Amino acid sequence: MFISQNFEMDSFSQNPEFTIHSFFTFLDTTIMAVEFEGGVVIGADSRTTTGAYIANRVTDKLTPIHERIFCCRSGSAADTQAIADAVTYQLGFHSIELDEAPLVQTAASLFREMCYRYREELMAGIIVAGWDPRRGGQVYTVPVGGMMTRQPVSVGGSGSSYIYGYVDSNYRAGMSKEECLKFTAEALTLAMERDGSSGGVVRLAVISEQGVERQVILGNQLPKFSTV
Amino acid sequence: MSEELFPEPEWLSEEVKTGTTIIAVTFDGGVVLGSDSRVSAGESVVNRVMNKLSPLHDKIYCALSGSAADAQTIAEIVNYQLDVHSYLSPMSYDPLVCSAATLVKNISYKYKEELSAHLIVAGWDRKKGGQVYATLNGLLSRQPFAIGGSGSFYINGFVDAEYRKNMTKRESQEFVVNALTLAMGRDGSSGGVAYVVTIDKDGAEEKCVLGNELPKFFDE
Repeated sequence: MFISQNFEMDSFSQNPEFTIHSFFTFLDTTIMAVEFEGGVVIGADSRTTTGAYIANRVTDKLTPIHERIFCCRSGSAADTQAIADAVTYQLGFHSIELDEAPLVQTAASLFREMCYRYREELMAGIIVAGWDPRRGGQVYTVPVGGMMTRQPVSVGGSGSSYIYGYVDSNYRAGMSKEECLKFTAEALTLAMERDGSSGGVVRLAVISEQGVERQVILGNQLPKFSTV
Repeated sequence: MSEELFPEPEWLSEEVKTGTTIIAVTFDGGVVLGSDSRVSAGESVVNRVMNKLSPLHDKIYCALSGSAADAQTIAEIVNYQLDVHSYLSPMSYDPLVCSAATLVKNISYKYKEELSAHLIVAGWDRKKGGQVYATLNGLLSRQPFAIGGSGSFYINGFVDAEYRKNMTKRESQEFVVNALTLAMGRDGSSGGVAYVVTIDKDGAEEKCVLGNELPKFFDE
């Protein structure tokens, strides 16, 4: 009597998906971007995992694509680095041809082109945010699968599920830069507390006409929420 | 011939789950429980007005989530066991919330391989006032508040940030309704109306908040 391996076993017991990824480096993470009048605020946690090991606890997931355009990376570290490098090159070339600053929408479209064309091979969730003279601060989200949409506030990564409720209830249109920074830092902190794949420090950046200001909020300086 | 024209819909053979959002919060003097009202079988909503807050005793309720059949059965069995317990106990005061939670935990733990239901037990008793117990997978944990169900993932950040100790009854009810609304807005398996039950020393008060009465949040 023999029982065939693939006969009548429910799919759950055959190689659950997460075991396939266990030796790949992942940026399962929490990333966020918010538009305000005059620019955008972007933020991310700083953890990169390989299975249960934290390969890098001070990762910088906010990657410059151009002078005033950044992208927040989530998903596979290798895939997102490769895509970001390719888009940086393409955008740089495009900007030299035009002889002016590229639009944020152009950068987002380039990301979308690549993420959609190679959607079967890639695992990348990217938020593109920046400032351009034509439309001011903009946030575009290009999640896994390769769609692109503009949103006033966008969260991504594994930790984002936990803060949808918080973001929905606390976001208001017309917040100032300081309010957006506080909002982003608090949302990321809440996500980092609940998501095992997010943690470390909070990296923030403000992109506006004046340029880019970066800051880091260390573990002991994170906002405190009492749930006891 | 008719079977080819109208093939049996998938949801008839899918398990019925209350993919759901449930929440229970203590306030000074009692507890507030809340739930959504959607029961899904695969992609189909088979009941859009189900009350998932089930009474175990006069001042003890439980919130159901997970497999609809499992959760309902546990609640019915514990309801029966609590009735027996209160008839047989020498004093005729109401059973403790802790007793109800322990009965639920005993069933959840003993049959943890077969069952997939998570009940939050909450109520008021004379000894310790308002209490909330989480009984996920057979553990028993008393907490100031508890959330459960598929929709609860989306409001973890919200409840962590917004919960404060010693809220009034009114604030707790608003907190519960806000949390449910946010979760129903993001979770495809939660929706419909919000059921809210407030339990204090005077008894249990049930309320249903219809879809158009739910608070509106910024909708990006």
